[in-house]
Amino acid sequence: MAAVRALDTDAIWDVLRAVPDPEIPVLSITDLGIVREVHEDRVILTPTYTGCPATLVIESMVREALDAAGFEHIAIETTLSPPWTTDWITPEGRAKLHAYGIAAPTRGVPACPQCGSEQTEEISRFGSAPCKSLWRCRSCAEPFDLFKCH
Amino acid sequence: MPSLPPIRPEDEAVAEKIRPGGAFDAPVDEAHGRILFELALRLGDDSLILGQRLAEWCGHAPGVEVDLSLANMALDLIGQATHFLTIAAEAEGKGRSADDLAFRRDVLDFKNCLLVEQPNGDFAQTMARQFLFSAWQKRLFDGLTACADDRIAAVAAKAVKEVAYHEELAAEWVIRLGDGTEESRARMIDGLDWMWRFIPELFETDEVMTDAAARGLVPDLASIRIGYDARVRAVLAEAGLEAPADQRPILGGRRGHHSEHLGHLLAVMQYLPRTYPDAVW
Repeated sequence: MAAVRALDTDAIWDVLRAVPDPEIPVLSITDLGIVREVHEDRVILTPTYTGCPATLVIESMVREALDAAGFEHIAIETTLSPPWTTDWITPEGRAKLHAYGIAAPTRGVPACPQCGSEQTEEISRFGSAPCKSLWRCRSCAEPFDLFKCH
Repeated sequence: MPSLPPIRPEDEAVAEKIRPGGAFDAPVDEAHGRILFELALRLGDDSLILGQRLAEWCGHAPGVEVDLSLANMALDLIGQATHFLTIAAEAEGKGRSADDLAFRRDVLDFKNCLLVEQPNGDFAQTMARQFLFSAWQKRLFDGLTACADDRIAAVAAKAVKEVAYHEELAAEWVIRLGDGTEESRARMIDGLDWMWRFIPELFETDEVMTDAAARGLVPDLASIRIGYDARVRAVLAEAGLEAPADQRPILGGRRGHHSEHLGHLLAVMQYLPRTYPDAVW
């Protein structure tokens, strides 16, 4: 019995690993670190930003994915505490961001995801999404998004 | 006529456990619920109204980056409002939802501070309002992370980092415009002048706030004021601006006495749900 349950939660994790973040589809919601807990009867999600417009979309995508995998009985709950920070993004997620052309969150100056130069400057505090700011590389002159350290 | 059986000592022991709220339920503290409702409503209304104000800039800001920043701040604020108004609706316990509170109340029932409903004016006026509000909200939320209500504490802990960002961004604009051209400086002076008289209301300690503080729901506003004043002074100094002269404070928002501006804002914000009640996407 216990073995079956462990398999169940493993299978649920697999389903969630395949759900992309709607704003940055190269990341899955598990890469982003917004799946807090998986139990036999429920999964617990947390929002990235208080006003993130993707929150409801993510919930319905998770619902659809769970239903499609036969987990109709699994409930979806959300929690605010402890608050999500960019530290919850997995190392794999950071690598995927970089490969996609988005600089991963850093407390220092981000390196250009195109050419690797550290001669970069901020153009705008807010970018194409609330979680990103807009930067420019002074070496290769390409603009890029930085996933803001949060 | 049959008489009731005599009361036995063991019955009295049971009766003592029964509370006036009903049977063996937890005691219903009506005063606590009322204060929680009022507090969550004020917090939610502040965020909602300022979020709506900033959203009015969408597509009209001086540049695309500025447009994005204003819309993103609006999103953060509306996100806060959703959480706070949900808490308020639950505390009220009358079956109203957060949407009901946002879209089906009229001016007199809104409890936001007067600062947030002030018109956008030009970009300098908007940034003056934003800085004076966010610097206050940041310090308030810092204190609210220790709120006796776990849900309010969780929202504050979540939102405080976003608000710190708002404060920083607005402070940078106050400095850039104040220390900019003759034109930008004159406009920032006018903007600060407009907003200045609404600062005292942020620190008003009325019965609700006194009661809420006694219940451990809110931090001491007087101690927040010290850090707030220091921060505002420092930013104005960096901008090369003098603080406007203190004016007669204008109060009343927390009791539903609003300026003429709020009704116009609500007319736009509430148009759709009032015209098509219960419409869904």
